[in-house]
Amino acid sequence: MALEITAVRPDPALLDLPWALPLEHWPEEVLAALPRGISRHVVRFVRLSHRVLAVKEIKGDIAVREYHLLRNLGRLDLPCVEPFAVVRGRLDRAGEPLDACLVTRHLQFSLPYRALFSQTLRPGTAKRLIDALAVLLVRLHLAGFWWGDVSLSNTLFRRDAGAFSAYLVDAETGELHQRLTDGQREHDLDIARVNIAGELMDLEAGGLLEDSGDPVETSNRIVTRYGELWEELTALERFEGGDRWRVDARIRRLNELGFDVGELAISTDLDGTQIQIQPKVVDAGHHSRRLLRLTGLDVEENQARRLLNDLDSYRASQDRQNDDEELVAHDWLTSVYEPVTRAVPRELHGKLEPAEVFHEVLEHRWYLSERAGHDVPIEDAIADYVRTVLPGKPDEAAVLGVDTVEMPVVAMFPDGGAGP
Amino acid sequence: MATVKFDEASRIYPGNDKPSVDRLNIDIADGEFLVLVGPSGCGKSTSLRMLAGLEEVNDGKIWIGDRDVTNLSPKDRDVAMVFQNYALYPHMTVADNMGFALKIAGVEKSEIRKRVEEAAKILDLEPYLERKPKALSGGQRQRVAMGRAIVRSPQVFLMDEPLSNLDAKLRVQTRTQIASLQRRLGVTTVYVTHDQIEAMTMGDRVAVLKDGILQQCDTPRHMYDRPNNVFVAGFIGSPAMNLLEVKVVDGGVRLGNGTYPVGRDHLKEASGDSVTMGVRPEDLTLTSAGQGIPVVVDVVEELGADAYIYGTASDAKQHQDVDESGADLPERPFIARVDGRRPPQKGETVYLAPKEGHVHMFDSESGKRLGD
Repeated sequence: MALEITAVRPDPALLDLPWALPLEHWPEEVLAALPRGISRHVVRFVRLSHRVLAVKEIKGDIAVREYHLLRNLGRLDLPCVEPFAVVRGRLDRAGEPLDACLVTRHLQFSLPYRALFSQTLRPGTAKRLIDALAVLLVRLHLAGFWWGDVSLSNTLFRRDAGAFSAYLVDAETGELHQRLTDGQREHDLDIARVNIAGELMDLEAGGLLEDSGDPVETSNRIVTRYGELWEELTALERFEGGDRWRVDARIRRLNELGFDVGELAISTDLDGTQIQIQPKVVDAGHHSRRLLRLTGLDVEENQARRLLNDLDSYRASQDRQNDDEELVAHDWLTSVYEPVTRAVPRELHGKLEPAEVFHEVLEHRWYLSERAGHDVPIEDAIADYVRTVLPGKPDEAAVLGVDTVEMPVVAMFPDGGAGP
Repeated sequence: MATVKFDEASRIYPGNDKPSVDRLNIDIADGEFLVLVGPSGCGKSTSLRMLAGLEEVNDGKIWIGDRDVTNLSPKDRDVAMVFQNYALYPHMTVADNMGFALKIAGVEKSEIRKRVEEAAKILDLEPYLERKPKALSGGQRQRVAMGRAIVRSPQVFLMDEPLSNLDAKLRVQTRTQIASLQRRLGVTTVYVTHDQIEAMTMGDRVAVLKDGILQQCDTPRHMYDRPNNVFVAGFIGSPAMNLLEVKVVDGGVRLGNGTYPVGRDHLKEASGDSVTMGVRPEDLTLTSAGQGIPVVVDVVEELGADAYIYGTASDAKQHQDVDESGADLPERPFIARVDGRRPPQKGETVYLAPKEGHVHMFDSESGKRLGD
């Protein structure tokens, strides 16, 4: 059997990896991180053509299935890791067949939950992670995806203007349906609750969870947050014909939650006194799409909200409410946003994503202004932030983690400067 | 523990006109190990999920014990899906890994301890309860995961292809472990697989499905000895049963140049002038030239005591299998078990005759079994 590689954009360098060795015996020099801990499958991170890739050894049919599932989720614009290749037909040196490998790209600036808990934490981190996971789960369910193994460890988190956004990492148990039944959604939620509680109890047993409350109670949050969000996004709302403002109010509430309404079903009863509305198609990314359109910046939802707010205050302060929005956005980008993100020295690029740096600088300016009792210019805030805050932050460009235990990074992006 | 009953249960996916599970009727006894088996798309997983509450039941009912669970949510059914998740938590002891889900469910500490100890005893994990998962072997870790399901003491265990991601050797090992564990626990279990060998070796009874319709539900022995129809005959057994289209003649059916005697009772219900005859590879004997079915040997598989010959029965018309869409599948080889010490050679023509009383007759049109 010959080595068979399935990939959208195959990188010939893939052939240089030691496919004839079982993954757990791959030599350290090809690895981007040292393995540690126990996990269901052997997973390793490798460097390849200036990229970090995650390689998971599983049976061929399961690898192909997960590869296609991840591609379909990507096409549906759902947040998940990007599949890179499936390698099948592996033989060891004695000619014995080896399991296939699923290769995915490492998601830059993403954090496994354990890495977050091993840092000094702001209170409420567990809650914010669960909130992010609830949003992810609702989005997946709306698209008809049943996960089957919802957990913090099967999720990666990106910082998002003080909150987090969640990405699906492991789709092995998942299934894409036309529409999920209530039973499937409930089952996923129940799995999520049990897994999250287990994961938090484990952190507690490892002394990593400081007064974040009772794990069981915290884990219940996934159920309530999911329920609230699902209700707002899908529920049928009835009102009197005179209360038509409620249509607009519903759309605004959905926008506020970060969703655009693609299709809203409106119907009236026979005599037209009662109106009922129900969102039929909702798309996440209300703020990030708007920011992308105005500035070309592709950032997380809350970051986009933050940046748009700053753009609005810029517009007001420049008294340009009547100018074309795109023009103002362009000026804001070159005169406000870019100077801030460019002020970060190269060796600190691996700390945080630019949009998160911008968010933190705005926060920092607020604290400085409060302390000083007057407005501090943004230039001073940047200088102070880069000098006093940023260097103390961990490098997060490539924190690599698998299933249950995170792995320390031993090799990094050449341009990231995020190495040990 | 409880019985399970599928009562005319159907599932039609939105947009489909044909049901994926069509009026399924199965009564599962308390403590029984029932295996649902069939080719992909046959409705076995959908049936299991209807029982789990993950798929809607569009028609009919599902009972667990004397409770109608048709419209209950998954978590209110008291069933446990085993193996769907077996994350182990490194900082927690084996005991905590097994018992933490009970804590979430609000079970008392002393009760949790009791159930964990009982499960550990059954799983041979007693000495390891206070250790961390890291200190366990691969097999022991898998048993801890199993323990997580056991301590919940659900009424029914549900397993959907739990062995599909294991390699062949481990699959055989784990298969035996699951079956013996289930017998020790005595918990009603419904198990889904596409692998008929897995089904036949594990189940107290096996339910074969095809195109959403139950073909037969029986003990492995009975199913093997007396398949209800041509599909079950060809699906159950490895190597597969030979199926030939044979002409009905006076006193029996035409086989090669001779007549194979078949009682009138067997053939009187046949709808055409030919029937489908099934013979298992081990029920054929070598006979002299001119008698029985002439078969040209293509491959000889030597297993020591026995050998299997795979050949072409030039004179006989093989039964044509079709796939889900109704398209013809490639013709199956004619297979016979012979003495391993003197197997025929490749290319040789051999004559094979069924042993007396070891043939199965099926109606060529409906596929249904004829006679006993």
